[in-house]
Amino acid sequence: MAEEEVRLFRTWSSPFALRAIWALELKGVPYENIFENLSSKSQLLLQYNPVHGKVPVLVHNGRAVCESLVVVEYIDETWTQNPLLPEDPLERATARFWAKFGDDKVMQSIWDLVQKGREEQEAGLAQAIESLQPLEEILKGKKFFGGEKIGFLDIALGWLSNLVPVFHEITGLKLIEEERFPLLSAWMKDFSGFPTIRETLPPHDKLVTKFRAQLEALRAKSRSQQ
Amino acid sequence: MAGDAVKLLGAWPSPFVMRAQIALNLKSVGYEFLEETLGTKSQLLLQSNPVHKKIPVLIHGDKLVCESLIIVQYIDEVWSSGPGMLPSDLYDRATARFWAAYIDDKWFPSLIGIAKAQDDGAKKAAIEQVSEILAVLEDAFTKCSKGKTFFGGDRVGYLDIAFGCFLGWLRVTEKMNGVELISRSKTPQLAQWAERFCADPAVKDVMPETDKLAEFAKVLFAKFKNPPSQ
Repeated sequence: MAEEEVRLFRTWSSPFALRAIWALELKGVPYENIFENLSSKSQLLLQYNPVHGKVPVLVHNGRAVCESLVVVEYIDETWTQNPLLPEDPLERATARFWAKFGDDKVMQSIWDLVQKGREEQEAGLAQAIESLQPLEEILKGKKFFGGEKIGFLDIALGWLSNLVPVFHEITGLKLIEEERFPLLSAWMKDFSGFPTIRETLPPHDKLVTKFRAQLEALRAKSRSQQ
Repeated sequence: MAGDAVKLLGAWPSPFVMRAQIALNLKSVGYEFLEETLGTKSQLLLQSNPVHKKIPVLIHGDKLVCESLIIVQYIDEVWSSGPGMLPSDLYDRATARFWAAYIDDKWFPSLIGIAKAQDDGAKKAAIEQVSEILAVLEDAFTKCSKGKTFFGGDRVGYLDIAFGCFLGWLRVTEKMNGVELISRSKTPQLAQWAERFCADPAVKDVMPETDKLAEFAKVLFAKFKNPPSQ
């Protein structure tokens, strides 16, 4: 096998970069972390991702792959040990469908919610909870979304397991209550507690500080625009 | 499994539905087209896609697949004999997926941005944005096609389908606004590619005629300008 060079451009906190990291770690692929400061992006990052200038970027033997879920599928197809996507075409389509739903609906409604002021949070909370409901349904009879093992959809939704507790602390709003979401609550613990995953998670307190600051900056900006 | 009956829930003006049709045509898969009427959603649609209630929905035997690009990949994986719609090289495949995501996330919103613009200033800005994105896609064509006729190489492929489905709406937009968006002077490669794509046997019968689409667009855009009260 030819000499492999795998580099991952990331930040310490990016949930999108974590997807690529989880895929690489679960497959035991050696890689080099390249930490970026997004307020002062490196020349290399802009060269490898000229369209978006975002992380993650996977550089494999000098060739750049961008967009987190595209990166995860690339990793899955290139290093075939411990497959992440199932083999059956319908199961693959279903995993991809829910991954997209997670990004387009769940992430969006949760982020909208945490940005709102206290007064508007009630309505936002209802919508966020509604978006989580289907995920509880599809976990029936399973430990992970991938079944017995962590798979593509677990990786796509994994951000829930470390960011929902952060948002809970910042807003005081309980998004995923054990009574309403017993399966999702158990999955969050199982996923973030899985040894390979646990070692990659950014520290909770540091994330709380970061998101508090980010949300305050967003609120200040929208106040000054009124 | 490949032999089960195939139905496609859709509507003739929808570029997203067209993606599924082109994919089925490329694989020579016969299917029944179930046309949804604009403004209403059939029971079958609500049952088949309860999450989004949107077309297209592929009904393959008792299997349901939603989301146009996911449907295209499903078709590619089920009817796997013959040339694939995604490149066989894994890096090229990732590149095709990257640009398909760009089409959905950047291109499509910019195109409907023109229709949604409420005044001349906003319209001009929206047109400018579409032109910028087309310049990026012209560049992407060079990289993906590697000197061949389509984004996918010698044949219509995944990215050709992802982008080409919008050509009817693009022509309508050009006509209604008196602008040239894809042209031989500004985007020469895309201009040639557009002609070849629309002439392809898998495409030409499902690409709506510009005039018919323009008539439909007038009805639709009237709704944007006077949205029904919530």
